[in-house]
Amino acid sequence: MNAAATEADHHHGPAPGLMRWVTTTNHKDIGTLYLWFSLIMFFIGGLMALIIRSELFQPGLQIVDPHFFNQMTTMHALIMIFGVVMPAFVGLANWMLPIMIGAPDMALPRMNNWSFWILPFGFGIMLSTLFMDGGGPSAGWTLYPPLSLQTGDAFPYLIFSIHMLGVSSIMGAINIVATIMNLRAPGMTFMKMPLFVWTWFITAYLLIAVMPVLAGAVTMLLTDKFFGTSFFNAAGGGDPVMFQHIFWFFGHPEVYILILPSFGLVSEIIPTFSRKRLFGYSSMVYATASIAFLSFIVWAHHMFTVGMPLTGELFFMFTTMLIAVPTGVKVFNWISTMWRGAMTFETPMLFALGFVVMFTIGGFSGLMLAMTPIDFQYHDTYFVVAHFHYVLVPGAIFGIVAGVYYWLPKWTGNMYNETLGKVHFWTSTVFVNILFFPMHFVGLAGMPRRIPDYAVQFADFNAIATVGAFGFGFSQILLLVLVIKCIRGGEKATDQVWEGAQGLEWTLSSPPPYHSFSVQPVIK
Amino acid sequence: MKNIQRVSGTLLGAVLLVFSGSALADWQLNLTEGVTEISREVYGMHMMVLWICVAIGVVVFGAMFYSILKHRKSQGATPATFHESVVAEVSWTVVPFVVLIAMALPAAKALIKMEDTSNSDLTVKVTGHQWKWEYEYVDSGVRFFSSLDTASREASARDSGIDVHSVDNYLLDVDNRLVLPVGKKIRFLLTSNDVLHAWWVPAFAIKKDAIPGYINGMWTNIDEEGVYRGQCAELCGKDHGYMPIVVEAVSQDRYDEWVGEQLAAAEAEANSADKEWTMDDLMAKGEAVYGTSCAACHQGNGQGIPGVFPALAGSPMALGDIKTHIDIVINGKAGSAMQAFGAQLSDVDIAAIVTYERNAWGNDTGDVVQPSAIKAQR
Amino acid sequence: MSGRIKVPYLFVIPVLMFGFGYLMVPLYDLLCDITGLNGKTGSISIAEASQLDVDQDRLVKVEFLGTVNDEAPWEFGPEVGSMMVHPGKQYQTSFVATNTVNETVVGQAIPSVAPGKAATYFNKTECFCFNQQTFEPLESREMPLVFVIDPGLPESIDTVSLSYTFFDANGLVSK
Repeated sequence: MNAAATEADHHHGPAPGLMRWVTTTNHKDIGTLYLWFSLIMFFIGGLMALIIRSELFQPGLQIVDPHFFNQMTTMHALIMIFGVVMPAFVGLANWMLPIMIGAPDMALPRMNNWSFWILPFGFGIMLSTLFMDGGGPSAGWTLYPPLSLQTGDAFPYLIFSIHMLGVSSIMGAINIVATIMNLRAPGMTFMKMPLFVWTWFITAYLLIAVMPVLAGAVTMLLTDKFFGTSFFNAAGGGDPVMFQHIFWFFGHPEVYILILPSFGLVSEIIPTFSRKRLFGYSSMVYATASIAFLSFIVWAHHMFTVGMPLTGELFFMFTTMLIAVPTGVKVFNWISTMWRGAMTFETPMLFALGFVVMFTIGGFSGLMLAMTPIDFQYHDTYFVVAHFHYVLVPGAIFGIVAGVYYWLPKWTGNMYNETLGKVHFWTSTVFVNILFFPMHFVGLAGMPRRIPDYAVQFADFNAIATVGAFGFGFSQILLLVLVIKCIRGGEKATDQVWEGAQGLEWTLSSPPPYHSFSVQPVIK
Repeated sequence: MKNIQRVSGTLLGAVLLVFSGSALADWQLNLTEGVTEISREVYGMHMMVLWICVAIGVVVFGAMFYSILKHRKSQGATPATFHESVVAEVSWTVVPFVVLIAMALPAAKALIKMEDTSNSDLTVKVTGHQWKWEYEYVDSGVRFFSSLDTASREASARDSGIDVHSVDNYLLDVDNRLVLPVGKKIRFLLTSNDVLHAWWVPAFAIKKDAIPGYINGMWTNIDEEGVYRGQCAELCGKDHGYMPIVVEAVSQDRYDEWVGEQLAAAEAEANSADKEWTMDDLMAKGEAVYGTSCAACHQGNGQGIPGVFPALAGSPMALGDIKTHIDIVINGKAGSAMQAFGAQLSDVDIAAIVTYERNAWGNDTGDVVQPSAIKAQR
Repeated sequence: MSGRIKVPYLFVIPVLMFGFGYLMVPLYDLLCDITGLNGKTGSISIAEASQLDVDQDRLVKVEFLGTVNDEAPWEFGPEVGSMMVHPGKQYQTSFVATNTVNETVVGQAIPSVAPGKAATYFNKTECFCFNQQTFEPLESREMPLVFVIDPGLPESIDTVSLSYTFFDANGLVSK
């Protein structure tokens, strides 16, 4: 596409045909790309989860061999974290952030295009490792050495793809910070910003700060394997445990990267459907900021069993338990928002309520895991698997799905099928609990995580979990059907869409024009 | 929201009904109380935190569900306009903080006790290998490897045709148990030979990583005689799920007797290396040792896993020069997953394995390799 | 409007943080040296060692352990399993290593002490672990170790376990 054409598009709408999506610098187009990419990866990662659960349906090996099983657990995690949750958040941010703060587009539109288009190539490389000699990565997404150094031909490709994903995330995050800092409409002061904007603002800083640390850690792995350095090799004076410290210095802020934007989404949705202002706006902002701050000083709670000195174990136990305070503040604020409101229960609200309940359950198990002496019993068991799936699936992903339902009429101009949406919510919620709740039990009963086969006393709960997994997996096809139907038509949505909706995005038409805000809005 | 509980409750009940037919159903829901002072303390703390969480859950979810039921538009509710309250916000910051301190104090106390490895009566060095454990009683010098037992190993293969329910303690049994005396403070020193492992026995509430190049210490003091089972708890590669831990806790007298037997057996083993073995004896022993040391990779039928682990049946290595064959078993093969078994296995074991590999699965070389030949080649 | 940010500055943060990742390596080593975090032992000169006061009233058990990493072709272990020592006094012991293959090999012994808290009090004046060790084919050798336990060793510690892991150091760039 030549420069003149770009100029023309800039004033008259999208380019025709497929090249629109390749060359687009429009924040809505890129947001759409991110969201579709994330949905596709969700089904790929989900398929891997179903392979894992199928193998675990019964004791004994039936479907895959242990080596392939380990590749599945590793890839499932990498895809769900870097390919589903993060791109979905970036997609929502691309679509909605500029509109919510009254900006014409993202601050760096061309970089926006790059940061998306790196992703399919990064994941193409990562997925191709499954077909290489020695198979894909199988040392867990945490890539602990020395085991990860035993990876076959896949290793350098894996590291390279992680670098690509990191570059993409950092560029996306810088774009978001720049947009929020520089393009807010007049009168949109920081303490007037919608909570989704706030949580993303903080998340973006976390991303900029920790993704490079991951890049450093995997680069050290690469030089250890191929260039004779000894960062993590005791023989040359290194220490394998140091990798875990560096990794989790990235990894713990990373898990908040995966949840904070969902906090923001829920904080938008609950007030709308309660027809009442968000309770404790400023304490929500401060709680988010303190969670982000604390995330930098709790990392070693992932490694209580490595043999840290007592003082270290105590320090990380105390700081980790402290996180319960700001997280509790958030939950209390959401409930106070509902209190004496006038609630209705459309699908986005249902998913937001499901989020509050099940995220809190995940928070409870998190509190239990924070206590070092008991963590020795829970560490690396299915109890941990249950914990982080509760905060990530009915947590982060329910938040994303709630956001999608909330804004889908705005994006497409059509209302989605409410009945189908409610069916999707109830099947997802029922099955997600059948899937993950029994994992608490097998974990406490002593089943380690990341094993392809298990002792027969764990059989029944595993069978139940597998039933839940298939139910949950197939429920998500409803989402796909619903989104496609909604794009193709349906009852026309009003500009405000929801009776109680507040904020700049609802002042635009549904769907909004290709270039939003031809007249800059002013916030009083 | 009430529906959700009812619906999921009914569904769960239905599913439970379907599976309760299975004879080996074991519905353990909770952490084990264990058999040590520490494990009981940990269990108590676990229950305390669990009930605190349940109590908070009842209050929080109770308020939420009440609001959902009463404050809905269809009930004619009109929204209130309040959106902040300093009293409420300060109190739900301060109260959880106090509750947390109340939880953290006993935890800190327990942790200090758990980390104190002094005044031990007995030291056991535990070394993790891919994929077995090595135990060394530092004081008496008894030393052995502990691998998954043959019955589990055979049943665990993909097309074994063996019902795993028919195997006793499937995946939780080993060939050589770690025998420990009750009522003694036992100190474990953990290290690893290759990658990270973690040694965990739930009944003792102890778990710690085994790290190559470093040693980690922990301790236990078992109250009751019995057999306690655990597993490796840190992903260590392909057979991470296949390196169980079995501890047999016995009286001090029985323990002393056992140490004596082990020392005598080790001496006998050393002597038997000089004796001439018959082909049948070597084949029988070879099959057993092959099952615990080789079958994980080369498979019970000697077919290996194509592209990953080479087959031994019909392999030029097993049919060719005996010395090369022995050398690979003793010293391993550089640049491959083949370990050096020289340090782990006795002369008799290696002689038996080599004889077995050269005569099983249609490898009918007729070669009989004597322990003396292994000794000579070390 | 207020709070405008120059975008290029934002790119400086990831560059600095990438550097910080690498900075964590020396920081971690420093932390280990101070706290004995990963059981790394200390080393002092013979002159310094002779300055220490000998605590004649206190006996500490020192255990010696040997591990060969990665099933390498060595036999390796201590000459004596344990010793009772007075803090402040110098002792000598040795480890024996045998190369079991018919080629020259290079090994590196890595020390580690349990409990970790004792590591900073365990000082070596002479140790085979200071350097890589080269073994001729089938060579067997006694390797000496001279050590002294700092009298400041906390009273709660009655046993110190010193473990050496023998690594294959062929083709390794030492750090």
